Amino acid sequence: MSTKGKVKGIVANLVTVEVDGPVSQSEICYIKTGQTDLMAEVIKIYGNNAFVQVFESTRGMLINDEVRFDGHLLEVSLGPGILSKNYDGLQNDLDKMEGVFLKRGQYTYALDKDKVWDFKPLAKVGDKVQAGSWLGEVDENFMPHKIMVPFSFKGFFEIKSIAKEGQFKIDDTIAVLIDRNKKEVKVTMVQKWPVKVPITAFKEKPRPFKLLETGVRTIDTLNPIVEGGTGFIPGPFGCGKTVLQHAISKQAEADIVIVAACGERANEVVEIFTEFPELEDVRTGRKLMERTTIIANTSNMPVASREASVYTAMTIGEYYRSMGLRVLMLADSTSRWAQALREMSNRLEELPGQDAFPMDLSAIIANFYARAGFVNLYNGESGSITFIGTVSPAGGNLKEPVTESTKKVARCFYALAQQRADSKRYPAVDPIDSYSKYLEYPEFLDYIEKKISDNWIDMVNQTKTILQRGKEIYEQINILGDDGVPVDYHISFWKSEVIDFIILQQDAFDKVDQSTPIERQQYMLESVLEICESDFEFESFSEVDNYFKRIINVYKQMNYSEFKSEKFNKFEKELKSIIKERIVEESILATETN
Amino acid sequence: METKAFQKIYTKVTQITKATCSLNAQGVGYDELAMIHGKLAQVVKIIGDIVTLQVFGGTEGIPTNAEVTFLGKAPSLKVSDDLAGRFFNAYGDPIDGGPAIEGEEIEIGGPSVNPVRRKQPSELIATGIAGIDLNNTLVSGQKIPFFADPDQPYNQVMAMVALRAKTDKIILGGMGLTNDDYLFYKNVFDNAGALDRIISFVNTTENPPVERLLVPDMALTAAEYFAVKKNQTVLVLLTDMTLYADALSIVSNRMDQIPSKDSMPGSLYSDLAKIYEKAVQFPAGGSITIIAVTTLSGGDITHAIPDNTGYITEGQLFLRKDTDIGKVIVDPFRSLSRLKQLVIGKKTREDHPQVMNSSIRLFADAANAKTKLENGFDLTDYDERSLKFAKDYSAKLLAIDVNVEIDEMLNTGWELFNKHFKPEEVGIKQELVDKFWPKN
Ligand SMILES: Nc1ncnc2c1ncn2[C@@H]1O[C@H](COP(=O)(O)OP(=O)(O)OP(=O)(O)O)[C@@H](O)[C@H]1O
Ligand SMILES: [Mg+2]
Repeated sequence: MSTKGKVKGIVANLVTVEVDGPVSQSEICYIKTGQTDLMAEVIKIYGNNAFVQVFESTRGMLINDEVRFDGHLLEVSLGPGILSKNYDGLQNDLDKMEGVFLKRGQYTYALDKDKVWDFKPLAKVGDKVQAGSWLGEVDENFMPHKIMVPFSFKGFFEIKSIAKEGQFKIDDTIAVLIDRNKKEVKVTMVQKWPVKVPITAFKEKPRPFKLLETGVRTIDTLNPIVEGGTGFIPGPFGCGKTVLQHAISKQAEADIVIVAACGERANEVVEIFTEFPELEDVRTGRKLMERTTIIANTSNMPVASREASVYTAMTIGEYYRSMGLRVLMLADSTSRWAQALREMSNRLEELPGQDAFPMDLSAIIANFYARAGFVNLYNGESGSITFIGTVSPAGGNLKEPVTESTKKVARCFYALAQQRADSKRYPAVDPIDSYSKYLEYPEFLDYIEKKISDNWIDMVNQTKTILQRGKEIYEQINILGDDGVPVDYHISFWKSEVIDFIILQQDAFDKVDQSTPIERQQYMLESVLEICESDFEFESFSEVDNYFKRIINVYKQMNYSEFKSEKFNKFEKELKSIIKERIVEESILATETN
Repeated sequence: METKAFQKIYTKVTQITKATCSLNAQGVGYDELAMIHGKLAQVVKIIGDIVTLQVFGGTEGIPTNAEVTFLGKAPSLKVSDDLAGRFFNAYGDPIDGGPAIEGEEIEIGGPSVNPVRRKQPSELIATGIAGIDLNNTLVSGQKIPFFADPDQPYNQVMAMVALRAKTDKIILGGMGLTNDDYLFYKNVFDNAGALDRIISFVNTTENPPVERLLVPDMALTAAEYFAVKKNQTVLVLLTDMTLYADALSIVSNRMDQIPSKDSMPGSLYSDLAKIYEKAVQFPAGGSITIIAVTTLSGGDITHAIPDNTGYITEGQLFLRKDTDIGKVIVDPFRSLSRLKQLVIGKKTREDHPQVMNSSIRLFADAANAKTKLENGFDLTDYDERSLKFAKDYSAKLLAIDVNVEIDEMLNTGWELFNKHFKPEEVGIKQELVDKFWPKN
């Protein structure tokens, strides 16, 4: 018999329930308010009282309203049909809901029970299998969706029977397994998994090392992220976190993209709903939406399910990773999730940590980021979840708990600078403060030198040095004045500006400029560095400004043109002739013989 | 307010703070309304038999033997077409001497729109002000505040924007409005002959501050009626949201909640988001656009109220006095309309995005030149030109008294480029330069 309870206290969405039997931490329960059952999750137990957070508004709830405990944790349904769905934070299918407005207590099933899938077996009778083993596959939007032994199965099993190639619905049995004690278990195409528990059906989690191309130059060239890597984007409001994440989601070389819109604007999700079904994935020629799942728990949706939404997204990511796919997961914004934790912790009257966030915030964030990563599966295949979260620091001040906790665990740091955003230098990623720890991984360096070129890393380091130098000179000029420093300083400063304008800055709304494949990034960086290494002759600093502005202008035209198109080549020719005007000839010879 | 037919009257109040009262009562629903000593209150906490009420009018004068009755419903508003042209207080009761509204009674603060039922905003709202239309274009379904110091003419600008925007309804939510400002709005709308499409919910400085908490939800419930039921375009003006947030902090501090930054409740983000996210474009044509005012103290935007607002809204408009031209301008640096890319260059001329970006960049160059000048350094020829450009740009485009069509703003932009710069200094796509650079 399942445990029942009665409501004894209500403060916003924190409800105290007196229970008549055993309950477990994080167990799901339903509170009957009027005619609707409101879903809630246990967050604290004290004697006979369970404190639950309700995933809905508690308006109209009464003392003594009845509560039914469900005996399981918050879980998601995993099976074919997840791609291109729009879910809320609890994996309710938003498209199945009736009406314009969300109705309280309306829960819709995440998958389609009646849809028929073309199943192909991958295993055969007698095979020894374990949780996560691939039994067969169906074609989900042209993606091979593996039907696996449920993750909850412990130990080894033998396949007693398996379905032949044919058409099945998700609840049909596609295999029967026998366990050690000769007990038979049926396997369908759908399984459930509690979102707060990581799926660990893989052999090992080595350090990630393969470049994940994002098409964003300031990331790929300067501070690359890898398949299975982690990164975060902190920045004050309006500096471009969401635009940058959307750019990554459109362009990154991933098989599956999961976007968790966590406590942010509904219109931003609508933008994805509107654009992704139209946009084409250049590599597959298919529509972006077909490989994307959106978890939309926007800022006006219930706070408690906001917290759940990132876990729902991560669990779905882990499911696809176990199929040997490259998953890219984005969460915007992890600060809203932390704030949801804070709201509950305050209502529970827990001892507050810094800025009233819960004491264990750091541990919660660390555990979450740890779920991303590159894995080797038991069958020799590999899969990955690359996770990039945004952080919205209060007042834009990075000395706050969410940023600091995230910084400890995320390996790439893409700091957005207000000053860059104010001067419209988008993406506003600060090239000096930002970093990618993967640049310190020898296995990554090996990989990237093979993939791009032997001297790629030297070039990247050189670029960073020039930018750093440019910044120092800029500060000196501000103190000493234009003619308080030698003309050479101006030249160095403008060389760093060329890198800034041509490599770092990228127009996310221009068809061509928005995404730069790595070959083009290499070509442009080589071209720009050649200028940076050359010597130029000028009489006065004002000539320097004008000259480099012309160079930048032509370069920008190149960035706006299709790579190596007629237009591109024309501008490149123009560029070469501008360079000839001022370059000191020996320096050309020097670079050519190098 | 009406009351239930058979209702139990309680007369034993056990605890009274500045904004809340507690008493023993049974069968009370969360969020339910109550009358205590003739004042409206709402249930904010129930622990066993102890019910805590938030008293909108403040608790002054409430005795421990005050009469308390529960109304069996959450705060609500009767909606119908008759709302048009009327003025109400924070409770939705008429204050213009007219009759009470007949219509369906709707609970305020209702559910959110399912995100998959929204349509992407795409209709430009023209205001004639170039600081807005050119640099920070507004789109229907958007939510955007003015960030302004208290001495700036934000109410005037907002009234002007409201009247020029071609919307079916304008709903004013006034929170802590001075009586003078309230009358200002009334007069402006009256003089424009627009009264029949205006609805106002007003809490003035003379009313108790906690009442303000009802104003945005009242205004937005009325807005949803016209936008959903009548497919109308509705513009909601909320002024001043800082005073709204102050009222929130009064209540939460009385409820012993742990304050977070700037003594604001930890839920400030969610509380404000619930209001602003009511801005929406419906597929059937109706829309709700929210223009709000968030007053700053000493221009500090890192304070929790503007900071959280900025994270919620789709941009912000900064007003600033430009001492070079002696006029109030829409500051191009800190102002931003995040939905502008949905319309600029699409609903407006193709050169719009680049003219906008380049002129702002040149304006930034001028700001740098100005710093140089102030630090006593010599200016280059380019610096001198950018300063002249900035002055022209400020006067002809940024000043809030500009009122022209968008094409004309773009033409003015090109003229100013041509007057002060060479094409390569402006850095615009060659095709556009070929097409639009004035030939002379
Ligand atoms: N790469 C870019 N190219 C052009 N414009 C950009 C770019 N990045 C950002 N912007 C501009 O900045 C605006 C704000 O960007 P975005 O919405 O991504 O900010 P955000 O950091 O997510 O803010 P918030 O924290 O409030 O959500 C955009 O609407 C756009 O106008
Ligand atoms: Mg954002």
